[in-house]
Amino acid sequence: MKPTAHAFERNARQALHDATLQQALARARGGFVDKRRAAIEALPEFAALRAAGRAIKDHTLANLDHYLLRFEAQVQAKGGQVHWAETPEEACAAVLDICRQAGAKLVAKGKSMVGEEIAINDALEAAGFEVVETDLGEYIIQIAHEPPSHIIAPAVHKTRQQITELFEGLHHQPGLTRPLQTVPQIVDEARQVLRDKFLAADVGITGANFLIAETGSAVIVTNEGNGDLSATLPRVHIVLASIEKVVPTLEDASVLLRLLARSATGQEITSYTTFFTGPRRADDPDGPEEFHVVLIDNGRSAMLAGPYREMLRCIRCGACLNHCPVYGAVGGHAYGWVYPGPMGAVLTPLMVGLEEGRPLPNASTLCGRCEAVCPMAIPLPKLLREHRRQEFARHLTPPRARWALAAWAFFARRPQLYRRAARLAAGLLGKLARGRGRFRSLPFASAWTAARDLPAPQGETFMDQWRRRNKS
Amino acid sequence: MSGARAAILDRLGRALGHAGAADDVEVTRRLQAHPRGPQPQWAETPRVRFLAKLAKVAATYAELESKSQIVSAVQAYFDAQALPRQLVAAPHPLLNEVVWPQDWQVARRRAQGEDRTGLNVAFCAIAETGSLVLLSGPESPTTLNFLPEDFLCVLPEGRIVPRLEDAWALLREERGAPPRATNIVTGPSRTADVEQTIQLGAHGPRRLHVLLLKTP
Ligand code: SF4
Repeated sequence: MKPTAHAFERNARQALHDATLQQALARARGGFVDKRRAAIEALPEFAALRAAGRAIKDHTLANLDHYLLRFEAQVQAKGGQVHWAETPEEACAAVLDICRQAGAKLVAKGKSMVGEEIAINDALEAAGFEVVETDLGEYIIQIAHEPPSHIIAPAVHKTRQQITELFEGLHHQPGLTRPLQTVPQIVDEARQVLRDKFLAADVGITGANFLIAETGSAVIVTNEGNGDLSATLPRVHIVLASIEKVVPTLEDASVLLRLLARSATGQEITSYTTFFTGPRRADDPDGPEEFHVVLIDNGRSAMLAGPYREMLRCIRCGACLNHCPVYGAVGGHAYGWVYPGPMGAVLTPLMVGLEEGRPLPNASTLCGRCEAVCPMAIPLPKLLREHRRQEFARHLTPPRARWALAAWAFFARRPQLYRRAARLAAGLLGKLARGRGRFRSLPFASAWTAARDLPAPQGETFMDQWRRRNKS
Repeated sequence: MSGARAAILDRLGRALGHAGAADDVEVTRRLQAHPRGPQPQWAETPRVRFLAKLAKVAATYAELESKSQIVSAVQAYFDAQALPRQLVAAPHPLLNEVVWPQDWQVARRRAQGEDRTGLNVAFCAIAETGSLVLLSGPESPTTLNFLPEDFLCVLPEGRIVPRLEDAWALLREERGAPPRATNIVTGPSRTADVEQTIQLGAHGPRRLHVLLLKTP
């Protein structure tokens, strides 16, 4: 997917004026938040699990090379193969090779964020393979030719009406069958259409929520069962996984699974949690004959060395998106790349470059809800600030903002002057806004006031009020 | 692709300040010890907890005294759901001596696309979440868990363990290492991809019915 993160402002403005999108976002918002809260309140051990989960990831990251080698050795011992890829291009090339050697035509694909990251569908289609997304949400956006807008609910931005229209245009001639009305009818139709694809596919591609160094297993968490069908029916199973997905043992994965399901959907565990370990054994009646894991770096080894290492703890639960006021207002597409919301605002500039991703870290108020709900206790606001620091240091900040900051810095270093200037401004603005208490627009700040009002100062600075009240 | 492997490992090693270091003892020790994280606590017995959680994930169950009641339990299920007498059953030792009625169509094999009802046997179950653990293998084909619309699963009562970690302990003790697929199944298939509305039966089974055996 070609990033459009640089156009965040324009994207966001469009999103705010898109009535259908706003309707879909409003419906989604409360659901995720309420379900997560209820699930966490029902588990007194959640805080302890969060600390344990964080410690597991920190330990694994501190020994990442060792654990990856152990994982590789175990996969090979079970008859599978591991392919290492530094870049998206290398990862796609590895997948294409496997598909060609398998003589494949049709590829059934389970949901995978790293698959979006490396744009595997485009690569497969360009090479002449047919790819079908099997997760219902991914299937909906595939036929709509859109990228996902949420990391766990890719089609959360679509209304039922929109989905109905997509299905009617594709699955049958308009007017020939009765139109789809209800959610069960929509799900049923997708089930029928996709079942034939599962049964006909030569290769199944899935992501992995975790990799287990102890056993060489890839763990997939789904509610639909599509990941399992993709990994069981085709002759070849390819797992796409980034290098930070590895954890030491089955017990470690258990801690993270408890955190993941609750933070993502408010479930105690998803309907299906499957550990795939190697290809079909000699006496197995089903399962794929080949098992491949493509291990993808794409900038992660560099993250390990720098100030963003903590981001590698992310387990892609989506809680930070669901609780972010900015995501809630504009949806995922505005972020312009694979990963939206707070986690995306940290990851996107690291993966597509700070020049392209610059607006994202700036589109946060740093309110801190994302960090508060993150099961891995990732300090997202701190990492966003780090991006802003880098942006300033590398002179990527636009001139107007630089001047404003320079002016502010001039005053900030001179407290007496600062206070006098602030008093002047507070008094002036207070008089100007008398009776209304807010500004609908302000010269020099029209971009800011275009979408919101500026609360007016009350005519007195905080410092002055403080002094006055402490005296009395 | 071996160039990528060396480059990635080299970058990781340098980032961590131990480039080229051999696998260290701490990693080996940790992998062998597999320490448990915090364990969720509750008051009920595993059986009570398991059945309560099953109901919460929209699965159903029937209680059987012994395996001699499997046929009548399946028949009751067929009647309740108005299903044809067609069954694909796992070639599992526990089901070997079951004598199916003459007029039923019973196959003992992996599942195929048209199969309506599947019957498998769980390796164990987890009280914490109401989950069934199924291990792939000649006695327990994975396709049975996912392809048929109705999924029936036999579970001997004594195989309900408290937590996920207890299932791993049992797996190591009885099997050594995991099979090709270890499926932890918690209720029927579901999706919330259309307007956040939970809908059962997305790709996997629409219904999950547990046959709980008092004595195996
Ligand atoms: S940053 Fe934290 S909350 Fe956000 S997706 Fe990752 S783990 Fe979940």
